[in-house]
Amino acid sequence: MAAVQDGQLNMEVEKDIKTEITNDGSGNINANSSSPGSTSSGGKSKSPAGSGEDQQTLLAVLQFLKRNKLTESVDILRREAGLSADADDSPVSDSAGAGSGGVPNVSADGGDANSLLSRVSIATPFAPPATAPPKVVAASGGEDQPDVNVVLSAYSQQGDPVLYPLYYNGLKKFIESVLDCHRAELSQVFYPLFVHMYLELVYNNHENEAKQFFEKFSGDQECYYEEDLRILSSMSKKEHMKGNETMLDFRTSKFVLRISRDSYQLLKRHLQERQNNQIWNIIQEHLYIDIFDGMPRSKSQIDAMSGSLAGEGKRDANKAKVFYGLLKEPEIEVPLDDEDEEAENEEGKPKKKKPKKDSMGSKSKKQDPNAPQQTRIPLPELKDSDKLDKIMNMKEATKKIRLGPDNLPSICFYSFLNAYQGLTAVDFTDDSSLIAGGFADSTVRVWSVTPKKLRRVKSAADLSNIDKESDDVLERIMDEKTASESKILYGHSGPVYGISFSPDRNYLLSSSEDGTVRLWSLQTFTCLVGYKGHNYPVWDTQFSPYGYYFISGGHDRVARLWATDHYQPLRMFAGHLADITCTLFHPNSNYVATGSADRTIRLWDVLTGNCVRILTGHKGPIHSLAFSPNGKFMASGATDGRVLLWDVGHGLMVGELKGHTDTIYALKFSRDGEILASGSMDNTVKLWDTLKAFDDVELDDFTAATGHIHLPENSQELLLGTYMTKSTPVIHLHFTRRNLLLAAGAYNP
Amino acid sequence: MAEERRPKQCTVVLPTESMKAMAESIGVGQLQEESCAALSEEVSYRIKEIAQDALKFMHHGKRCKLTTSDIDHALKLKNVEPLYGFQSQEFIPFRFASGGGRELHFYEEKEVDLSDIINTPLPRVPLDVSLKAHWLSIEGVQPAIPENPPPAPKEQQKTESTEPLKAVKPGQEEEGSIQKGQGATSAEAKGKKDGLMRMKPRSTHELSVEQQLYYKEITEACVGSCEAKRAEALQSIATDPGLYQMLPRFSTFISEGVRVNVVQNNLALLIYLMRMVKALMDNPTLYLEKYLHELIPAVVTCIVSKQLCLRPDVDNHWALRDFAARLMAQSCKTFSTTTNNIQSRITKTFTKSWLDDKTQWTTRYGCIAGLSELGPDVIKTLILPRLTVEGARIKAVSDGPVVSNIDKIGADHVQSLLLKHCASVIAKARPLPDNVEQYRADYGYLGPMLCSHVVKARAQAALQAQQVNRTTLTITQPRPTLTVSQSGIGGSGGSRTASIIKVPSSLTLMSTRPGTPTQLSPPATKYIVMATSSGSSSTQQVITRTSSSLTSATSTPQPLVKLESGGSGGLGGSRPLQKYIVVSLPSSSSLESKSGVLPPSSSASPILLEARIKVDCSDSPSASTQSPH
Repeated sequence: MAAVQDGQLNMEVEKDIKTEITNDGSGNINANSSSPGSTSSGGKSKSPAGSGEDQQTLLAVLQFLKRNKLTESVDILRREAGLSADADDSPVSDSAGAGSGGVPNVSADGGDANSLLSRVSIATPFAPPATAPPKVVAASGGEDQPDVNVVLSAYSQQGDPVLYPLYYNGLKKFIESVLDCHRAELSQVFYPLFVHMYLELVYNNHENEAKQFFEKFSGDQECYYEEDLRILSSMSKKEHMKGNETMLDFRTSKFVLRISRDSYQLLKRHLQERQNNQIWNIIQEHLYIDIFDGMPRSKSQIDAMSGSLAGEGKRDANKAKVFYGLLKEPEIEVPLDDEDEEAENEEGKPKKKKPKKDSMGSKSKKQDPNAPQQTRIPLPELKDSDKLDKIMNMKEATKKIRLGPDNLPSICFYSFLNAYQGLTAVDFTDDSSLIAGGFADSTVRVWSVTPKKLRRVKSAADLSNIDKESDDVLERIMDEKTASESKILYGHSGPVYGISFSPDRNYLLSSSEDGTVRLWSLQTFTCLVGYKGHNYPVWDTQFSPYGYYFISGGHDRVARLWATDHYQPLRMFAGHLADITCTLFHPNSNYVATGSADRTIRLWDVLTGNCVRILTGHKGPIHSLAFSPNGKFMASGATDGRVLLWDVGHGLMVGELKGHTDTIYALKFSRDGEILASGSMDNTVKLWDTLKAFDDVELDDFTAATGHIHLPENSQELLLGTYMTKSTPVIHLHFTRRNLLLAAGAYNP
Repeated sequence: MAEERRPKQCTVVLPTESMKAMAESIGVGQLQEESCAALSEEVSYRIKEIAQDALKFMHHGKRCKLTTSDIDHALKLKNVEPLYGFQSQEFIPFRFASGGGRELHFYEEKEVDLSDIINTPLPRVPLDVSLKAHWLSIEGVQPAIPENPPPAPKEQQKTESTEPLKAVKPGQEEEGSIQKGQGATSAEAKGKKDGLMRMKPRSTHELSVEQQLYYKEITEACVGSCEAKRAEALQSIATDPGLYQMLPRFSTFISEGVRVNVVQNNLALLIYLMRMVKALMDNPTLYLEKYLHELIPAVVTCIVSKQLCLRPDVDNHWALRDFAARLMAQSCKTFSTTTNNIQSRITKTFTKSWLDDKTQWTTRYGCIAGLSELGPDVIKTLILPRLTVEGARIKAVSDGPVVSNIDKIGADHVQSLLLKHCASVIAKARPLPDNVEQYRADYGYLGPMLCSHVVKARAQAALQAQQVNRTTLTITQPRPTLTVSQSGIGGSGGSRTASIIKVPSSLTLMSTRPGTPTQLSPPATKYIVMATSSGSSSTQQVITRTSSSLTSATSTPQPLVKLESGGSGGLGGSRPLQKYIVVSLPSSSSLESKSGVLPPSSSASPILLEARIKVDCSDSPSASTQSPH
C-alpha cells in the first residue's frame, strides 16, 4: 500500500480496494452495497443542485475507473447512471450480465442489484413527502467518496457562522416547548443536526465558532454518543476531514430518524414559519426521516433503538422475509442402520433406538414454514465420518440435562495460565474435545481436553508402507511419536483475533492482524490455505455450521463469505460504516450476522448477498453474537455491557439484559435455548433465563408492524446467576452436548 | 437530553513548547509561534486518531490495558512505520528532566555492556502457556476453592459486620446471596424481597454439609496427633478463600479450647490452638475483626497465664508465651485502630500485671514478652525504665535463699528475655562507649550483663552491615516453630474415636441465633480485657475465674463446653482426657433438603456437631515440648 500521509492518495488506495470489491464479487454482490448505480439513482431524483454534484461525482469515478482500465465497471456505471457514452471511446458491450455474473452458485433472484433496489424503493409506503427520496443507507464509503472535496462541497453552502448557535438554540427552545409526547421524538433531531452544523462550521474554516458551538451544545447530546463526539471534537480543521472515516460516514450516509407524522408536521411547520432554511437544508440533505402513522414513541422506546452511528435502521430495511427456521436434518435412516450394526452386541440397542425415533419425529414435524428450502444454498455432502459424528451427537443429546431456572448448568472453567496478556481468541469444538487459542504472539495453539492425544498423520513415505486394507487404517496413519496434549501452529505474522473449528474437527480457521485468514489441518497440523482479501486486520472468522463455508470480517468494513476450496470470496457483504467486529452464521447456514463498531448488527442473506436486517440499539461496538438453537432469536453483547435480544423473524429488539459492567466477549445459548450464558471482561459469567425473556414479550400486530417495542425492565428477574472468576476475563463460552457450560479465559495475575 | 455534562473535549492540545523542543531535536531552530500552534494542533489530532485505532486493537486483544504493540499496529494501519525500541510488557519508564525553563520527558536508554550480557547466566525460560480446568459452578452453586474468588470478599465481610442494619436493596441482596453460593433458589430470593428493611440475613451462619464435614476434619486435624495432617489443616486454614462462614465456629473453637486447656494445663493443645490463630490471621481473605473479642483473650491467656503446663519446671511453656506474644503483636499491628485501641489496651494490661509485686514469674515473663514484641518504642518507654527494679527482683531470687526451683527458673527466663530484647534497643539508642560501670549505674543488677550483650549486638550489627551483600548469614533470632512431638500415644491409651454428627431431636442446647457463643459464654472471656480498667486485679485472678466459670458451666443446664475427665489409666503421670467441645450449628432448611444426610425432620432443632476431641496429655514423662530455644 502506498504511504498514507497524503490524504488524497489514501483515498485512492481505499477506492482501489473498494473497486476490487465490485470486480471480484462481480455482479452478484449485494444489492444495497452501494453499487454506483444506487448512488446515482438516489442522486438523480434529488434536488437539481444535488444532481449536479452527483454528476460531478460520477465523472470522477468514471475517470478513475478508466485510468485503472476497469472498462467493464465503467460501462456498467455509465449505463446505470444514465450517462451517455459521450466521453467513452471503447464501448465494451458484454453488459448483458450487469447484475449477475461469473460466480456459479447464484440463483435466479439473486444478484441483480438494480431490480432489488427498485423493489426497495417501491416498498417504501411512508415515503416522506418533503424529504429526499429513499437513498440506501447502507451506502458504504467506497464509491461515494471519489473525491473528498466533492463530497464535502455540499457543506460549502453556508450561512453566517455566528447565527448557528442561534438557529440551534431556537430549535432547542421550540422542541422544549412542544407537547411532551412529541418532545422525545423531536429531540432525536438534535444529535445529527449538531454534528452536521459543527462539520459545516469546520469545513468553512470557522474554527473558533465551531469550537464554541461544540462547547456550548455537546453537553446536550445523549451520553451514548460520547465516543463519536470525542472523534468529532478532535476534528477542528478542514484538513482533518480528509480521510477521516467517521466524518465520511456522517457525510455519505443519511442519519435515519423515525418520527411520527404528527411530530414531523409540527417540526416542519415550525421551521417553515421561522424561515429557518439553514436547519431545513440540513434536515433535507443529511437526514432521512422515516415517518410513521400512529402514536409518537416514548423516550425509553427511542433510547432503546438509537445509539448507532447512522441512526436507526429504516423499517423497510427489516421488511424482507428471513427464513429463520432450521434445515431438516438430512440423514435419519443411515445412522439407524449404522447404529444397529454398531450396537449389535450391546443390549442398549432398543434403548438407543427410542430416543432416535423421538428426534426423528420431532425433525419430521419440523416442516417449518419459516425454514429455507433444503437446497436454498448448496451444502456439502455428508461424509461417513460426519454421520458417525451425528450419531454421537444424538447419543449425547439423550443424556442432555434439561436446564431451567431451577436447574442451572455446572460451569467448567478453562484458565489459560502464563498467557501474559496474550490470549486473544478461543474456540471449542462442538463435541468439546479440543480447545484452540489464538495468541498475540501470532501463534495458534490447540489442546486436547480428552485423554486422547493429538497426533499427526505420518509422513508420505511412511504412509506408503501402510496396509491400506486393514480395518484400523485410520489408526495406522497416525504417528504415535507425535502424540502430545497440545500443538502449536505457526504461520500468522500478527495477533490472531478470530478462531473457529470446522464442525467435523478436521480444520481450524484463524484470522489475524496480518490481514489473512488461514485454514489449518488438524490431521497434519499444518497450514493449508491462506485466504487473502482483507488488507486490514481481520477481527473475526467463523465456520458455517455445515462446514465448507466461512465468513470473515475486519477493519475494512466488508464481510466476506468464502468456501474453503476457493481462494477468492464468494460474497462480499458491504454496508457497515465501521469495523466488523464479530461474525456468526445462522444455524441454518443461509444467513450471516455481523456486528460492527458502528453499533449495528446486520443480517445478510448468503444466497443473494442482501442485507436483510439492520438492528440498532447498542451503544457501543458489538463484540459477541449468538443465535438461539432454533434460529428464531439472536443475542448480542457490546462494550456497553448490555446484552440485547432480537427476534430475527420480525427484526425486533425483544429484550435487554443489564448487569455486566464491561465488554461482553462471549455469549452462548444452551443446547435447548432455555438459558443464555454471557461472559465478560468484568470477570463474570452470568446466566439468564431466556425462556422467560422471550415469553414476556408481547408481540401484537401493531408492534410487529411498527417495531416500537416496550421493553420490560426485568433484567434482575431474568438473571439466574452470577459467577465471579478470579481476575480472569471470560473470552469464550460453550455448551457441551450434555449442556455443561465450558468457559475459557486467560488468568491475569 | 443528556443527564450529565461532559468535560470539555475539544481543547486538549499538545503545548507548543513540545513542538519547539521536538523541532530543535531534529535540528530546526527558531520555529515560528504560529507554525508551532498549527503543528501542535495537527499532531494532537493525529495522535488522537492513532490512539483511537490502538484502542480497537486493545479491545480485540481482550485486554483492558493499552500496550505499545497496540500502538504499533495502529500505526501499521495508517501505513506508518512502528516506533522501535518501546517494546515492554509493563509500563515504559519515562524519565523527567527540566532545565533552562524546559521540561522534558524522555526514555532513558542505558548503555549496555555486551560482556555483561554474555557473562550473566541466562534468565529462566518463562513458563509456557498451559490450560487448567476447574469448576466455576456446580449446578448453580460456586464451590469455595482456591481457583475461585473468595465467596465473600473482605470488604463485603466488613460491611456486613460493621453495617448490619443497612437497608439492603432487593436486587443487591439477591445477587449477593447467589454470589455467596448459598444455593439460594430464586423462590427463596423472592421471599426475601418482601421485607425491604432487613437485618443481617440469617443465611450467613448456615453451613452446608460439606462445610460441616470440613470443619470437623480441620478441627480434628489441628488438635490431633498427626503432625503431617495438622500442617495440612493449618495450610488450608491459612490459604482457603471460602472459610469466612466458618470463622465464628473457628473462633469459638479456639477460645473455648484455650479456656479448657488452660485449666487442664495442656500445653500441647494450647500450642496447637495458637497455631490455628496464626493460620487464621495469615489467611488474606478473612475479615477477623469481628472475632477479635474471642481470639485476643485466648491469645493473651496463653501469654500471661500463671501456669500453662503440668510441670512448669520441665516443659518449655516459655516458647508458647513467646509465640503467643508474637501473635499478639501481629494482631495489634493489623487490627489496632483508633476506635478499638487494641494496642494501648493490651499494653496497659501487660504493664499493670507486670507492675504488680505479687505477679508470678511466669506471668511476669509473659507480660514482658508481650510488651517487647510490640516494638522497640514500647521497650524504650516501658521496659528500660524498669530494668533496675526488675534486676533487683531477679537478684533477690537468684542470690537469696532458695525459695523454689520454679521461681528460680522463672527469674532466669525473665532475665534472658530482658537481655535479649533490651540489648538491641539499647545498642541502637545508647551512644558509645559501653562502660560496665555506667551500665550498672543505669540498670542496676542487670547492667553488666546488658553491657556485654549490647557490645555483642553492636558487633553483630557491624558484621551484618559488612556482610550484607556477601553471605547469607542470618543473625536474626530464629523464630520458634512450635512443634510438639507426641510420644506415647499408644501408651496413654485410647485410640481416637471417629467424630460424629449427631442430631438430637429433643435436646436444645443453644439458641440458633448468631453470635450466641459469645452471649452465653462465661464472663471470663471478656474479663482479661476488661481487667485493665479495674486496676487491682492480677492475671492470676483471671485464670481462677476462668476455671471457676468452667466448673460452673459443667453443672449448668446449658453447658457450652462439657468436660469429662476419663479415668487415668495410662502411663504414670499421664492423664488422658476426653473433651467434648460442643458447637452449635444452626440448621438450614434449604441445605438439609439437598443433603440427604440429615433427616428433614430435624430442621427445627439445631444440629449439634459434636466434635469429640480425644487428646493425649503432653505432660506425660515421655512427651516433650520442643522449641529451638
